[in-house]
Amino acid sequence: MKAKTFIRKLLERKVGREVQEGEIVFVEPDILMMHDNAGPIVKKLEVMESEIGRKIKVKYPKRVVIILDHVIPADKQEDALNHQKIREFVKAQRIKNFYDIGRGICHQVLPEEGFAVPGGLIVGSDSHTCTYGAFNSFACGIDRTEAAGVLATGKMWLKCPRSYKIELYGKFRKWTGAKDLILNIIGILGADGATYKAVEFHGPAASGLPISDKMTLANMSVEMGAKIGVFPPKNSGIWASAMACYEKNFAFDLDAISPQVACPHRVDNVKNVEELWKVKVDQCLIGTCTNGRYEDLEIAAKILFGKKVASGVRLLILPASRKVYQKAASTRVISTLLTSGAVILPPGCGPCLGAHQGALAPGEVCLSTANRNFKGRMGCKKAEIYLASPATVAASALTGRITDPREVMR
Amino acid sequence: MRRVFNYSSIDSINTDQMYPGKYVYQDFDINHLFEDLDPEFIKKVKPGDIILAGKNFGYGSSREQPVVGLKKVGIKAVIAKSFARIFYRSGINQGLLLIESPEAVEAYKEGDGVEVDSKEGKIRVGKNTFQFPPLPVELQEILKDGGLLAHIVKELK
Repeated sequence: MKAKTFIRKLLERKVGREVQEGEIVFVEPDILMMHDNAGPIVKKLEVMESEIGRKIKVKYPKRVVIILDHVIPADKQEDALNHQKIREFVKAQRIKNFYDIGRGICHQVLPEEGFAVPGGLIVGSDSHTCTYGAFNSFACGIDRTEAAGVLATGKMWLKCPRSYKIELYGKFRKWTGAKDLILNIIGILGADGATYKAVEFHGPAASGLPISDKMTLANMSVEMGAKIGVFPPKNSGIWASAMACYEKNFAFDLDAISPQVACPHRVDNVKNVEELWKVKVDQCLIGTCTNGRYEDLEIAAKILFGKKVASGVRLLILPASRKVYQKAASTRVISTLLTSGAVILPPGCGPCLGAHQGALAPGEVCLSTANRNFKGRMGCKKAEIYLASPATVAASALTGRITDPREVMR
Repeated sequence: MRRVFNYSSIDSINTDQMYPGKYVYQDFDINHLFEDLDPEFIKKVKPGDIILAGKNFGYGSSREQPVVGLKKVGIKAVIAKSFARIFYRSGINQGLLLIESPEAVEAYKEGDGVEVDSKEGKIRVGKNTFQFPPLPVELQEILKDGGLLAHIVKELK
């Protein structure tokens, strides 16, 4: 018996034989997730249909999950047409797992609906599909063409990568959290630091973190190039042998993590928050698949409670899902945020990818809890995007400059 | 002579720069290709041209418009120090030749001719020749059929 990594064990269970690192295997994913890009994916199916001269039936309709979140509600007529096409497809192919606009961001809704199971194999037409690693799923992004292929055939190829082990110890200090940790990790490893690797999170702190923190960490694993970022199962699932061999090993002490900020235009351009006190902000954004969960809104509300957003600053809040929104509404988190001057947007991806809502003007600065600060990401290449935790963004909304939350809450 | 677009001085060039997010839910428009990376690219590029890139080329979003676009304008090959994972898969899916060869990229000097022989697995940069390993056989089939959709059509027929 050889000690094996998570990904080897999972792929071996899937194909029913030994799998070596570097080997290519053909697998049938348990779940295929798509969002608004299901429309263009369906168009690819139609191209195939016209070439073979007959309709293609989706191979496994029960394994398909479609969640509309990217441009919701439709911004222009072409978005409406896209959504319409998806609704027609869902009906025609009898896809039951369809979540129309308003349910929330795909990476929040899919786990809420119970599709992110321990030891499951999930692919999605979105790079942040890796978020489900928080639930001990093997989950990674694929492109539109490949999603069309999975719809038609139910299968795809995967290469078994080598693995990295990241051990987590200790406990976060007040006003610091998972976002600061993952920015710290990416700052050290680099944007290509884990390219094509399976990243496993180990250690007492990894198992003990709340699921919202695990999701933030798994979500941003792709920002250092990882294929997956995965946590141990809570009960039954698949996990690496204690003696498994890793290409690289890292250890992080949560107590030593301070508020971190990724500066323009790279996610690995990470600095300590106190170095950036001179940077003025025009827009603050709390939400996205990285940091739009209840715990994120709650910490923002704690910082904003009884205070007002600085004049000249726009604070945008996007709850990650309807469920998150409802919980935040029932606990007065939402009313606290509204009273402070925040604008609440419907649960969805919103301004994160620059397709609609909260666009920036040239020269403006946005501090966001999202996962990408690429040039032009929020629709304007002459704007600057900084990334930070919900606590740092909330604190900065109060002062109008990038601010250490520990300073505001002293 | 084929033109060489050399972007190798920048690592982790992302797909937002290659095809901005504000266009990804609109009909594909080739004129946006590389818009935030090099606005001159689309004006200059001709079939048969080659791209040189640094580490982690194609980082970020899973959008495939950059690879679809490069295939459409007739890029012969992208030679990079390394590729981002989803981008690399997109290359296979679209039948675009992506070659990982840090040696070839580093050997390039302004004005060098670059030739690729995919059958022989050879890259010529100026006077130097570099070998690159063939794709695994399972994936060669997809590339040979001209991409994943054509490959599946063959299977479904």
